Amino acid sequence: MKQKRKQTQWLLIFIGIVFITIMLVLPLATVLVYALRQGWNAFYGAINDDYTKMALSLTLKTTIVVVMINTLFGIFASWAVTKYRFRIKHILTTLIDIPFSISPIIAGLVFILVFGRIGWAYPFLEKFDISIVFATPGVHIVTIFVTFPFVFRELVPIMTAQGSDEESAAALMGAGWIRIFRKITFPHIKWGLLYGMILCTARALGEFGAVSVVSGHLRGKTVTLPLHVEILFNEFKITSAFAVSSILVIIAVIILIMRNIVEYRVKKEER
Amino acid sequence: MAKSILFFKKKKGNIIPGFGLSMGITITMLSLIVLIPLFSIIITLSDTTLEDFWQIISDEQTIAAYKVSLTCAGIAAAVNFIFGILLAWILTRYQFPMKRFVDGLIELPFALPTAVAGISLTTLYSDKGWIGSIFSKWDIKISYTKTGITIAMIFIGIPFVVRSIQPVLEKLDLQYEEAAEVMGASRFCIFRRIVLPEILPAALAGFGLAFARSIGEYGSVVFIAGNIPYETQITPLIIMNKLEQFNYSAATSIALVMLIFAFIILFSINLLQSLISRIANG
Repeated sequence: MKQKRKQTQWLLIFIGIVFITIMLVLPLATVLVYALRQGWNAFYGAINDDYTKMALSLTLKTTIVVVMINTLFGIFASWAVTKYRFRIKHILTTLIDIPFSISPIIAGLVFILVFGRIGWAYPFLEKFDISIVFATPGVHIVTIFVTFPFVFRELVPIMTAQGSDEESAAALMGAGWIRIFRKITFPHIKWGLLYGMILCTARALGEFGAVSVVSGHLRGKTVTLPLHVEILFNEFKITSAFAVSSILVIIAVIILIMRNIVEYRVKKEER
Repeated sequence: MAKSILFFKKKKGNIIPGFGLSMGITITMLSLIVLIPLFSIIITLSDTTLEDFWQIISDEQTIAAYKVSLTCAGIAAAVNFIFGILLAWILTRYQFPMKRFVDGLIELPFALPTAVAGISLTTLYSDKGWIGSIFSKWDIKISYTKTGITIAMIFIGIPFVVRSIQPVLEKLDLQYEEAAEVMGASRFCIFRRIVLPEILPAALAGFGLAFARSIGEYGSVVFIAGNIPYETQITPLIIMNKLEQFNYSAATSIALVMLIFAFIILFSINLLQSLISRIANG
């Protein structure tokens, strides 16, 4: 009996490991092996390319802008939703969650419909000579859209669990909201906040579909790192494409490790 | 107007300051980033007559694309449903070497940029790739076929089911299983009668999320799909093609259909979930 159970146990573990290996480990290994297929020099050449550097800098800038804005939004929105009682709370939460369930292509499309040549905001933008679609602001805005709920979603459960008694007490004693947030709320949510920011960073770095709709693929201008990978791959520069991908893979692995550490802290905090 | 302000008004008895400010920022940003842009779909479609709309969304090639998207996403979500339960089970109940590594790896599809996943899967399953070359000996092609699309969709859906079930399994009290075992129930019977009903709602939620995500997914699927009309063209690709032809009304119409699909999926999963929990609670 015991023997048989051990057997099923190892059989299940074996199936699980095989599935993980084929579906996750092999794709990851493919990136690294193909990146180094033609030696270090080819790898270094692909990474040291000017277009790669420009794409990397656009990606990093976009990520910083997006994470800052969405963190700010996430803090205010989760504060508003959890610290007060009002009627449409449920609807508000659902609306904030919308970007999560929308195809990235549709996310890009709606901004074309607003700011593009046929968009209703286009005459206004033209007057002031602002271009958003097929320019960097467009890349920023769609990335903000697709990562909009990330920080909010992480903060709401933590703030709900914490309740608002401490804040009420502080308010009774005359503290302003900045002080209440800094001294009471922030210490409770800091790990959750960091966790949300990490998730937001991961998605912002790698967003492809939405950005590819609004970017216009102008090399050196509106091409982010993932778009650069696409261009190289479609030009059959396979080694270069994988070399550039390996930058993103390394960042992804670092994010995964950080995520695990922070997740562990969040769980510890909740106990 | 007065009524709409009343909706946002907080109920009395709360003294924490900052309501106006935080609510103001929330509503403003939500409107600017999400609501107004999404509303543009309706504004754009208001120029299109119903007949034109119907013609666009029921075009033969577009319908073929819906079918490809829905079947591949459905199969992928089903595969993830089974393997998700298995993975969550071994990760919560068993001890084995490198368990923490495997657990962390589950999140990879969330962290890895979709374009990287896309080119990597395409290469891996192409005729020259590690896995593709094995299958090509039997003349089976994976990249640029529906099988390839399904595999890419399995890849992006892995975390959803596993991560929905894991917390439920961790909290599950072991005493019922032990009691059943003492009374002589087989392991499979225990799983089917005791564990499965507990994790089924969470697993279905994961299934729904994976399904909805797979239908909308672009980056990791587009490379392996290969964009062959009627064969491997997925719905987001049709929208992308229409956009490249500057056919905005067509792109928007098909986008609306996709939004409706996503809505129906999430709604029916919610319904199914509440049905199951109602049955489970008597």
